[in-house]
Amino acid sequence: MEKTIIPIGPYHPLQEEPEFFMLTVEGEKVVDIEVRIGYNHRGIEKLSEMKSFDQSTFLIERICGICSTSHPFAYTRAVEDIIPVEVPERAKYIRTIIAEGERIHSHLLWLGLAGHFLGYNTVYMWVWKLREEILDVMEILTGNRNSYAMFKPGGIRRDIKSEDIPVVIKKMDSIVSTLEMLKKAVIDDPVIHARTKGIGILSKEDAINYCALGPTARASGVARDVRKDSPYGAYDKIEWDMIVTHNGDVFDKLVVRILEVFESIKIIKNCFLNLPGGEIDANIKDIPPGEGIGFIEAPRGECFHYVKSDGTNRPVRHKVRAPTFMNLPTCKATIIGEYISDATIILAAIDPCYCCTERMTVCNTKRKKIYTGKDLIKLSREKTEILRNKMGVK
Amino acid sequence: MSIKLKALLKSPWVFHLSTGSCNNCDIEILDCLTPRFDIERFGMLLVGSIKHADVLLITGSGNRKSMERAKRLYEQMPKPCLVVAVGECALSRGMFIHSYNCPVPIDKVIPVDVYIPGCPPKPEAIIAGIVKLIEKVKKGTAKK
Repeated sequence: MEKTIIPIGPYHPLQEEPEFFMLTVEGEKVVDIEVRIGYNHRGIEKLSEMKSFDQSTFLIERICGICSTSHPFAYTRAVEDIIPVEVPERAKYIRTIIAEGERIHSHLLWLGLAGHFLGYNTVYMWVWKLREEILDVMEILTGNRNSYAMFKPGGIRRDIKSEDIPVVIKKMDSIVSTLEMLKKAVIDDPVIHARTKGIGILSKEDAINYCALGPTARASGVARDVRKDSPYGAYDKIEWDMIVTHNGDVFDKLVVRILEVFESIKIIKNCFLNLPGGEIDANIKDIPPGEGIGFIEAPRGECFHYVKSDGTNRPVRHKVRAPTFMNLPTCKATIIGEYISDATIILAAIDPCYCCTERMTVCNTKRKKIYTGKDLIKLSREKTEILRNKMGVK
Repeated sequence: MSIKLKALLKSPWVFHLSTGSCNNCDIEILDCLTPRFDIERFGMLLVGSIKHADVLLITGSGNRKSMERAKRLYEQMPKPCLVVAVGECALSRGMFIHSYNCPVPIDKVIPVDVYIPGCPPKPEAIIAGIVKLIEKVKKGTAKK
């Protein structure tokens, strides 16, 4: 049969981020997929090298608005790994609370968008209404709905007030009751069953071969979670369960995310009950030369940061690896052989976040000429000038 | 005021364009549509195609790859149209002003009518910005 190419994006009504997918189809069946990104690249790794360790925390937060805790968390852990320094207990607990709050709002956001992708806007509206409650909680705790600016190398920036804690716990309880209703409505819904069960299956072997992370891997039966495997923050001090399902289809990914929200609420409540007193900051003065790595479990999987210091006040090298970078190639295994109408939900099932992923460097090894730093600056200036002229900017 | 602008104010349909943002502003724009804020009750609707839109909500720091496309999209928009820049990046490139990949601020490429500051602006701020846009059109000072 003749092959047809269907472009999705870069500015597609279903995507809130610009990215481009090229689906090759035979009739209604998808036979191949190609992904092109780069519409969100802002050069954060380079910018981070221009800023001091403290300033970088704010920049790293802007890698992604949804994972605005995960990246600073991993980055601060990397910086603390260079020194090394022990973070005060209270700071560890508060970090855990903020990270789990973010996980709840990120999973609910995905659930709403998944409903939107299925054409089931009732779920979208319900879930996002519920998500507002959790954003209110975060606003009480940190002062902002997103981008909390709570992290700093060695501790946290501001403390949680003791009078806020009963308010937050009460709000959490009200969220649980609504969420129970929502869980039953979504998981038992025949429409959602019809659209997601047995669709986009990622087998356990494929999940391991593609190095899938986070909920994508856990839905395929790979019990891998940084919070359990190498505990950080307060995760080893409180009781919680890892959610693992075995089918690997879109429905299982949905179930994993919904159940993880309940676990996160449990973790937050436990953290508040066991919240120790004392300092919140280790007061780091100088950062010695060396290298450090930091890794945490972001809502989408393992987020990894590498920081190299030469003893000055700014990093020499900062490498970011976001979970979507590993999860995106699994689309090759899941989407092939499925129908076009299911393509969007399969692509969305990994909860892709392209602004996290855009850290690419392209090396052309065929070219003989070697550029020095001076040449590159000259080329960059020329290109900027061409671009300015093209856009009509004087 | 031309009859086209007068009709536009009754139900300004918006198209959302991200030019290399961190998703925060985009999500707050989507938040405006959900039940707590629900701007659809004022006739505002997020549309899928630029050719159906009256207002362009533009977010992000405007990187090299997406800015060319943003300019092309603006040219495809039926005129008269209005442009709103949402978030600190769209206003002044914010934190990314020294980045190698964000050479020009958005308002040098596309004429912007209303700027909504904030990182990210709250949904209330976005709604207030749209209200200011409508006032501006009524006064006749919009760039169109």
